[in-house]
Amino acid sequence: MPAEITTDIVRHIGQLSRIELTDAEVETFAKQLGDVLKYFDKLNELDTDGVQPMAHAVELVNVLADDVVSPGLTVEQALANAPAREGNFYKVPKVLGDAS
Amino acid sequence: MNCEITNLSAGELAKAIAEGQTTSTAATLAYLDAIEKFDPQLQAFNEVYADRAMKCAAEADAKISAGQNAGPLGGVPIAIKDNLCTTWGHTTCSSRYLENFCAPYTATVVERLENAGAVILGKTNLDEFAMGSSTENSGFHVSRNPWDVRKVPGGSSGGSAAAVAGRLCAAALGSDTGGSIRQPASLCGIVGCKPTYGRISRYGLVAFGSSLDQIGPMTRTVRDAALLTQVMAGHDGHDATSLPNAVPDYAAAMNTPVKNPKIGLPREFYTDALGGEVRQSIEKAIEVYKSLGAEFVDVSLPHSRIDMDAAGNLSSYAVACYYIVCTAECSSNLARFDGVHYGYRTRQNVSDIVELYCKSRAESLGDEVKRRIMLGNYALSSGYYDAYYNKALKVRRLIADDFSAAFRQCDVLLCPTSPTTAFRFGEKSANPIEMYMADIYTISLNLAGLPGMSLPCGLDSQGMPIGMQLIGPVLSEASLFGIAEMYEKAAKFDAKPAMLQ
Repeated sequence: MPAEITTDIVRHIGQLSRIELTDAEVETFAKQLGDVLKYFDKLNELDTDGVQPMAHAVELVNVLADDVVSPGLTVEQALANAPAREGNFYKVPKVLGDAS
Repeated sequence: MNCEITNLSAGELAKAIAEGQTTSTAATLAYLDAIEKFDPQLQAFNEVYADRAMKCAAEADAKISAGQNAGPLGGVPIAIKDNLCTTWGHTTCSSRYLENFCAPYTATVVERLENAGAVILGKTNLDEFAMGSSTENSGFHVSRNPWDVRKVPGGSSGGSAAAVAGRLCAAALGSDTGGSIRQPASLCGIVGCKPTYGRISRYGLVAFGSSLDQIGPMTRTVRDAALLTQVMAGHDGHDATSLPNAVPDYAAAMNTPVKNPKIGLPREFYTDALGGEVRQSIEKAIEVYKSLGAEFVDVSLPHSRIDMDAAGNLSSYAVACYYIVCTAECSSNLARFDGVHYGYRTRQNVSDIVELYCKSRAESLGDEVKRRIMLGNYALSSGYYDAYYNKALKVRRLIADDFSAAFRQCDVLLCPTSPTTAFRFGEKSANPIEMYMADIYTISLNLAGLPGMSLPCGLDSQGMPIGMQLIGPVLSEASLFGIAEMYEKAAKFDAKPAMLQ
């Protein structure tokens, strides 16, 4: 099991989570996340060797739908809540870094 | 007349409207009046659709005048939790991120309610994205408990619970990922039912923990819970996890409930951790069942065991397991809130799209949501996946197997819904783990996919409601409702919040 949750680890998780954190938040979350993760360690008291993981409460398999066309959202409906659009597209800042 | 209308159960109101003793217009007006009078205190609603509700009420009345059947919920005013999509109004999940979001489609459950004649009054407050047990995590405002407005209504479906208990609607919908229907129902003295996972379509419910989430009714009677479940249950092609099994006639089944039911008492729930007035109230409920001919058996749920340390802190494997599973699922589900497709976008200048994501999410999501997303990403991240997520999935299997073994000996399990009655604002909000323990009796059901319901079984010395939980095997709703109503009829819990008197 992992060691203490340092502020560096919190910054890394913040980056993975795509959430910008202030220095104050990093401090608070380091303590809180550390406490919760320590609590998770309680599960190590249990022997789970050979137990099949259960990802879902009701294990349906191979749910198939008929291959028929059904109505979906129109372009206008899909874009209606867009914070920024251009024509029929969502508008975002540049995705790739500068070549220079 | 207003007060008389708002004291009827949903089923009684539907009957009174169908028989011409009152109208849907009168009922809807009575509830809109009640909202105007009491909601400034309770703050149960995020949005009220007065005009639309009056229009739907008039349509129901016109049907009845023309001699047509207005449906099993014909003209009955109902509130829905604000994480259910509708093409009218906003769908906010009580998050700043979705504050202005207008959904392009309507949830299956809302369509089914409306097809059954229900009048949708408005949307109720919740802990942001259904993460919390008090509504204190709402991005907008807290909701208040009608029994004592200094106390929380529970959560996350706290707005719905406050609205039902405060007579601001005839019934409401909630969603339950770890106890979010049952715990607020318990704290507000109403009935709340989480059906079997997959019994009710999740299409149009904003996802939190997809393998755990289930929509269910919050009502003032068991019969109403059955009525709403009847209307909503059944397969939906839009939700691949919705169950194909036929839906039984719950009302008919309730008329002939299981005779001398065998009720299991999980010994791990009756440890020293269960004390005081909650324990006394549950023990009284056990006596009521005994007087009705129920037989009690001792059963064991070792992996849901509730421990208490010397300082009085509660703990449970199930809570640890649950918070790994639900945070892992939420970190994935909430990745869609990116500031690109819909919802909040930062107004700051950003240099690239990653910065846009990071700032938009930072500025619009609350602390608990951030904590859970980060916990989930940590538990799923390279190097920790086996230690946390995979371990939790194995424990989940052990928890579910315990229940299967217990149900070989009994029809239902009986235990408290919540370890405490409603607490004061601020009492638990500083410590996330303490708040997580509010669901200590409810979360193992979500992990196992089982149906459970909370029903009122008394008041504590401060006059706050206590709830008991009944748990059944997969798809046992029909017998669960019957066994619950058996108690309800005998115990006759008829206390009302003082503010209504």
